[in-house]
Amino acid sequence: MPKDGGIGASTKRREDVRFLTGKGRYTDDINIRGQLYAHFIRSQVAHGTIRKIDTRDAEAMPGVVKVFTSADFTGVGGIPTGWQVTSRDGQPMLEPKHPVLAEGKVRHVGDPIAVVVAETLDQARDAAEAVEIDIDELPAVVDMKAAVKGGPLVHDEIGSNLCYDWGFVEENKAAVDEAFKKAAHVTTLDLVNNRLIANPMEPRVAVGDYEDHSGQHTLYTTSQNPHVIRLLMGAFVLAIPEHKLRVVAPDVGGGFGSKIYHYAEEAFVTKAAQILKRPVKWTSSRSEAFISDAQGRDHLTRIQLALDADHNFTALRCETYANMGAYLSTFAPCIPTWLHGTLLAGNYKTPLVYTNVKAVFTNTVPVDAYRGAGRPEATFQLERVIDMAARELGVSPVELRRKNFIQPDQFPYQTPVAVVYDTGNYQATLDKLLDLSDHAGFEARAAESKARGKLRGFGLAHYIEACGIAPSNLVGQLGARAGLYESATVRVNATGSITVFTGSHSHGQGHETTFAQVISEMIGIDASQVDIVHGDTSNSPMGMGTYGSRSLAVGGSAMVKATNKIINKAKKIAAHLMEASEADIELKGGKFTVAGTDKEKSWVDITLAAYVPHNYPLESMEPGLEETAFYDPSNFTYPAGAYGCEVEVDPDTGKVTILSFTAADDFGNVVNPMIVAGQVHGGLAQGIGQAMLENCVFDENGQLLSGSFMDYAMPRADDVPFYSVDHSCATPCTHNPLGVKGCGEAGAIGSPPAVVNAVLDALHRGGFTHVTHIDMPVSPSRVWQAMHG
Amino acid sequence: MHNFDFVKPSTIAEAVAALSHEGAQALSGGQTLIPTMKQRLAAPATLVSLTGIAEMQGVCLGDGGLHIGAATPHATVAREAKAHYPALAKLAGGIGDPAVRNKGTVGGSLANNDPAACYPSAVLASGATIVTNTRTIAADDYFQGMFTTALHDGEIITSVVFPIPEKAAYVKFDQPASRFALTGVFVAKYAGGVRVAVTGASQDGVFRWHEAEAALSANFSPAAVSGLAMESRHMIADLHGTPAYRANLVKVLTSRAVAAAG
Ligand SMILES: Cc1cc2nc3c(=O)[nH]c(=O)nc-3n(C[C@H](O)[C@H](O)[C@H](O)COP(=O)(O)OP(=O)(O)OC[C@H]3O[C@@H](n4cnc5c(N)ncnc54)[C@H](O)[C@@H]3O)c2cc1C
Repeated sequence: MPKDGGIGASTKRREDVRFLTGKGRYTDDINIRGQLYAHFIRSQVAHGTIRKIDTRDAEAMPGVVKVFTSADFTGVGGIPTGWQVTSRDGQPMLEPKHPVLAEGKVRHVGDPIAVVVAETLDQARDAAEAVEIDIDELPAVVDMKAAVKGGPLVHDEIGSNLCYDWGFVEENKAAVDEAFKKAAHVTTLDLVNNRLIANPMEPRVAVGDYEDHSGQHTLYTTSQNPHVIRLLMGAFVLAIPEHKLRVVAPDVGGGFGSKIYHYAEEAFVTKAAQILKRPVKWTSSRSEAFISDAQGRDHLTRIQLALDADHNFTALRCETYANMGAYLSTFAPCIPTWLHGTLLAGNYKTPLVYTNVKAVFTNTVPVDAYRGAGRPEATFQLERVIDMAARELGVSPVELRRKNFIQPDQFPYQTPVAVVYDTGNYQATLDKLLDLSDHAGFEARAAESKARGKLRGFGLAHYIEACGIAPSNLVGQLGARAGLYESATVRVNATGSITVFTGSHSHGQGHETTFAQVISEMIGIDASQVDIVHGDTSNSPMGMGTYGSRSLAVGGSAMVKATNKIINKAKKIAAHLMEASEADIELKGGKFTVAGTDKEKSWVDITLAAYVPHNYPLESMEPGLEETAFYDPSNFTYPAGAYGCEVEVDPDTGKVTILSFTAADDFGNVVNPMIVAGQVHGGLAQGIGQAMLENCVFDENGQLLSGSFMDYAMPRADDVPFYSVDHSCATPCTHNPLGVKGCGEAGAIGSPPAVVNAVLDALHRGGFTHVTHIDMPVSPSRVWQAMHG
Repeated sequence: MHNFDFVKPSTIAEAVAALSHEGAQALSGGQTLIPTMKQRLAAPATLVSLTGIAEMQGVCLGDGGLHIGAATPHATVAREAKAHYPALAKLAGGIGDPAVRNKGTVGGSLANNDPAACYPSAVLASGATIVTNTRTIAADDYFQGMFTTALHDGEIITSVVFPIPEKAAYVKFDQPASRFALTGVFVAKYAGGVRVAVTGASQDGVFRWHEAEAALSANFSPAAVSGLAMESRHMIADLHGTPAYRANLVKVLTSRAVAAAG
């Protein structure tokens, strides 16, 4: 039994008390005296030359303080990109300028052209209608293949729409091609990984404030990583040194990646507050979020799997076009490359892998990481092509996978795509899945469905992801312009309670609960004595924030390191107070004892002594009990698991119903099983959303067809089944102190191929054997069209 | 949203008078009009609320069938029509979500005539009568294509009279995002014959499927429609379905509606 509030306990989420009672403090809840409101005027066309912007009438309207255009932002930098990818020919990627407000040209529907700042939001919106904007519309380029084959240029000055042409592992290309020539069987699949809109519950908000007498800027923003925003915006856009720029990300209502990036609106409100000497607030509407938040996925892929006569995978080849949209969002270049190509070995022994990724500019909203980021794209194509190969060869998809799995005794395992998996046991998660989903009983259930005129199918997917990003020296070599360590300051107060300042940021993950559980376990005090503080650059050490399932693996490790420093110092104090040797001091259950004696000091005796150092070795040790640590991981972590989906297809309408979904994950050690289950549930809902419902579509003119929830289908509660999730097959991570791997993205990574495989299985069992693939979302009309088309 | 004036009359005559002013527009449940105003796509100078007019509320049996006040919310219809016209009650109970059903009204839905709305199919399949402040309009004359009706400017729907069928059912296939009808079919069997009305499918809005009506009038069974062909020429093409897919749904849903009607 885990200790209540300690590691392994399903402690209830303490933050939920405030969230569920309406006491959360979100960015939009921040209102500063004298605040003005900003309304962005955005391009309604996807591509065009700005001929004229006349703001005079608007500026004369009631309440209007100023109408900004790019002319007010000369001397301000562009929105920077945090990662540089190098092309196969050794050239750096093309990196066009991304201005805060459009300069001369608009490049996607939603591109900001001008901003009205007024006393009230209604006044700003009224005046926006009086701003006269004259745009010569240009032909838009939306299709990626057309864009690289001489379509209209999104950025004239760079001369091409091809951002980069990346090959990985380039040295293996010839060997991979050779293996394909020798293969006994080759399976080829062309597919689309559909573009998604993240749609966190809370839209983005930014409030800029400026103190004239001190030159101090404050930005309140809906961010997953306030320190990163301070660095990017301060150093590259507005030239504000860190000590004069405070970035606060208070309660944040979901991000899913879309709140990692530095956005133009943040730089705008910060700068406008300085120019106007009044606070400036911007709150995105939902409609605006659809055309201004970075979107996700959008790959066009050909994947090929080569097998020998014994059905061993001998090589994998992938050619992908990845949509960047009109501008490079902060981490866009690394998503289809380093977070995608390095995962293509999957759980398998495939000795040779080659990926070619062409990143393409189009007149669409920028694309960046979205829950899973690159890894869902890798997993989807791999798990689909394996299923397809099994079908072509007439063998069981379960057994084909099992045969090609990396074996438990092969870890640590060097993949052919650079990464080294530290631990794993894929047979175990697969067996667990088949057991939990009653795979043995499937045929009987399928017969029962058939009797009702329905087609039942089972789909399997096995995934691996690289989380806990990332070793800084490695990512530096790969083009990252940032380190990816994490930080924590553990402040022990005089009477023994603890405040932890972490560089991680919680926007739904429950850090306030889990991080406190870890400290409670390490020191032996009640979890209620520990508070977790995050989201403010003015009180926490430089940290890199939360994404890539990294918070516990990297941020938690920094906190463990700092806590170990605390414990070491506390033991020295205890040794002094009990006149014993430091080596004999033990800490257990919040008490310090001297081995072999009945001497004992409580945690509070020690913390008091640290701050009231009357009897204290002042000559050899500082008073106080506060430590900071930075942790830089030595490797990624590799969560993996087996997902199984059972569906029923209505052959008359093509409607797919998910009857059950089972997830057997290996997350290494688990601090709070309830929170982990919740993270998996949420990830599965998003993965099922991608597979069944969500689709962001632009027409050939670059107009967003799925521009609201009337056409963009988000998963609702009745679209998903009750999940069966398990994380008992744990192989703890070997290189971080908690042995944890990360659980935030797994559900969204592993579920889409399981759903699509299940639908294909149902169709094949139903006799529709000509259907080899259906692109996501597998909507009723697409399924019906595939059956009857 | 732009600023506007708001009046809430208590009689139809007052409402008609208020609507005669330039820029005035009727407001019923606001489930369509308010979002349009928030997007600044509509900017009426005055909103004339119809929800305070007692005569326009409620569900009751009367001459010619079931009378439903035009300002009656869907939730009330779902509850109160159940005993008299269960298929209509079920349709009302399947619109939107509880908030939409508690605010949105039958009159608003019919005045708007969204091509994917549910009510128009019930009105057309039932051969219902639209009663306005000046006249009565037969269902067959009322619907004139997407978002277009026989209503004049300033004319108010006050109630709708539904003849009660022997058997009826509405089967709706949800559009995955909006959960309006991707296609919906209402089948109603009367002594004089069967009427079949289809919503969500056609570029011309709600329509009657006459071939199915003839086939079902001769033989009211799900199999009766299986041999019929549904043309896809005028069907809607959008993100959620091709014309061929919608044509297929019309057939499938019609036979399911017949089965459900029993
Ligand atoms: C989330 C959501 C989901 C929905 N799902 C569905 C669905 O599944 N199926 C479906 O059928 N509908 C659906 N609707 C629409 C809903 O039924 C609305 O209630 C209906 O379209 C409009 O009715 P209202 O009373 O809200 O009209 P209002 O918005 O008040 O008015 C709509 C229009 O009708 C005019 N008008 C209103 N009443 C009268 C009258 N008595 N005489 C003349 N003109 C009048 C108004 O001037 C306005 O132009 C949904 C709506 C929402 C917001």
